[in-house]
Amino acid sequence: MADIRFIQGNEACALGAIYAGCRFFAGYPITPSSEIAEMLSEELPLVDGAFIQMEDEIAAMAAVIGGSLAGKKSMTATSGPGMSLKLENLGYACITEIPCVIVNVQRGGPSTGLPTSPAQADIMQARWGTHGDHPIIAVCPSSVSEMFTETVRAFNLAEMFRTPVIVLSDEIIGHMREKIVIPEEGEIPIVNRKKPKVSPEEYKPFKGEEDYVPPMAAFGEGYRYHVTGLSHNEEGFPIQSGELVHQMNVRMHNKIYKNLDKILKNEVYMCDDAEVIIFAIGGSARSSKGAIRHLREEGIKAGLFRPLTIWPFPEDELRRVCSKAKNVLVVEMNLGQIVFEVERVLGCTGVRVDGLFDSSGEPFTPLSVANRVKEIIKR
Amino acid sequence: MSSRYEIRLSGSGGQGLILLGIILGETASIYENKNAVQSQSYGPEARGGMSKSDVIISDEEIDYPKAYNVDFLLALTQQSFDRYTREVKKGGIVLYDSTLVHSPREGDYRLIGLPLNDTAIKDIGKSMVINIVSLGAIVKISNIVTIENTEKALLKRVPKGTEELNKKAFYAGVNLAK
Repeated sequence: MADIRFIQGNEACALGAIYAGCRFFAGYPITPSSEIAEMLSEELPLVDGAFIQMEDEIAAMAAVIGGSLAGKKSMTATSGPGMSLKLENLGYACITEIPCVIVNVQRGGPSTGLPTSPAQADIMQARWGTHGDHPIIAVCPSSVSEMFTETVRAFNLAEMFRTPVIVLSDEIIGHMREKIVIPEEGEIPIVNRKKPKVSPEEYKPFKGEEDYVPPMAAFGEGYRYHVTGLSHNEEGFPIQSGELVHQMNVRMHNKIYKNLDKILKNEVYMCDDAEVIIFAIGGSARSSKGAIRHLREEGIKAGLFRPLTIWPFPEDELRRVCSKAKNVLVVEMNLGQIVFEVERVLGCTGVRVDGLFDSSGEPFTPLSVANRVKEIIKR
Repeated sequence: MSSRYEIRLSGSGGQGLILLGIILGETASIYENKNAVQSQSYGPEARGGMSKSDVIISDEEIDYPKAYNVDFLLALTQQSFDRYTREVKKGGIVLYDSTLVHSPREGDYRLIGLPLNDTAIKDIGKSMVINIVSLGAIVKISNIVTIENTEKALLKRVPKGTEELNKKAFYAGVNLAK
C-alpha cells in the first residue's frame, strides 16, 4: 500500500536524504530548518547512520566534509545566519571536490532577521557566498513532495559531479504541511560516486575523467592521498601559481558547465501562448501560479518559468521559453537579486523585464502578483 | 468554479491551533483523498503572541498555501478577531469564542459565537483542549470533512492515553455547534 503522509517540507527533506543514501548528518539547529535535524536525529540511527549536533555551524560543515571523505553521503541543514558561517568550509568542499548537501531554509535577513518568516534573499549568497571562482549547484523545491525529490536529486548531483549541492528552500516550503506519497525503493534512481579503478599507487584523486569528474576513494579503503584547500595538482599536493592552477579551476568549472544537460531542470507552466511570463522559485512560484489562475480567468495570457535548478542559471532554456513573450516579471522575496540574472540573459532579446520585490517576511498573495502583472502590461 | 476552501485558525500561541490545522489537513488529505495544505505563522516566542494556522482544502492542486480569501475563520482572541475578519470573504463564516472575544464586529459574514473555552474548562476540565472542542464545532458547521473521518485522524494524532479525553472534547464541540 502506498505510504501517504501529511508532513512538513522539512520532514520530507529528511526522508528524502535517507532515501538518497545519506548516512551522516552534522548540524546546529536553527529556525526554520530545525525539523530536518530533529527528524534525522531519530531516523539516521535506525539505518546505521550517525547524527551529530556540533558546537556551531562552522564545525558542522567541517564534519560533513569529513563524513563524505570517509565515504558516507553527508548533509547539513541551516538557515541564513548559519549559512553565513558554513561558507568558509563550503569553499573548502568546492576546491577539494567533496560531494555533500547543504540545505538552506531561507528566512528573513540580514543577520538574525526574521527567524520564523520566509525570504529568498540568499539566492546570490548561494552562488557567490564563498570566495573564489568556484562552481556550485543549487536546487529549489516548491512543494513538500519536491523537498523529498529535490533532496534526492541534490545528493545524486553531488555524487555525480563530486561537488557540494545547496538545497535552497524557504520557510514557506520548509514549514508547510502537504500530502506526499513517499516513493518506493527503486522508484527514483540513486547515484553513487565513482570509485577509482586503478591501484592506490596509480590513483590521482584530482585527475578528471572524460566528464571532468575525478573518481573518489574513501579514506580507509587503502588509498592514501592529500587533501588541501590550497590550489593543488592531480595528486592533491599544493602548487604555486601557473598553468596547472588555471587548469584545475577550469576543470572544476567545466565539470558543471559542460554537463548542464544533466543538471538543469525547469517547470514551464502555461508558457506556450503566454504574453507575460512570471519567473519565480520556491514559495513565490506558488503565489505566482495562483496569480496565473486569476489572470487566465480574466483572459490574460500569463505563464510561469520555474527553475528547479537555479545555479547554474538556466540561460538557454529561459531565452527559448521567453522568445515569444512581451513581458517577464521576476517575483522574489527580496529587494531584487535574481532579476539581474534574468535581465542579463534576456537583455538584448527585446523582452521587457520587470520585478516584484518584497522583504516584509509575508509571502506574496496571488492577487498582489496578478495586480503587478496587470500594471506592467498596461504600460 | 474552484473547490478551494480556506480555513484560518487564529488566536494566541499555546492554544493548539497548529495541531488543530494538522488534524483538519490530515483528515482531508489522507482520509478523504482531497488535497490539503497547512501552514502557520507565529512569532519567536513559544507561548502568547499572535498565532495563526491556515488550512486549504481542495479537490484540485493547491498553489498558494496561505489563506487570503477566507471561507472559515476561527478567532479565539479579540486581537485575532479584529485582525483577520477583514480577510474573510463575503458570505464566509466567522466562528469566535463568545467569552474570549468580547466585542465581535458585524460584517459581510455569518457570525457564530460559541463558548468554546468554557466548554473545554467545564465539560472536559482542561482549557488546553479548546482546540479540539473547536475542531468539533468547525467540522459540524462547515461540513468540509466528515465527523467520522475527523475522529479517525484525531485519534491517530493525539498522544496515547488521551484518546477518550480528546474524543469527549471533539464531540462536545460537535454538539455545541448543533
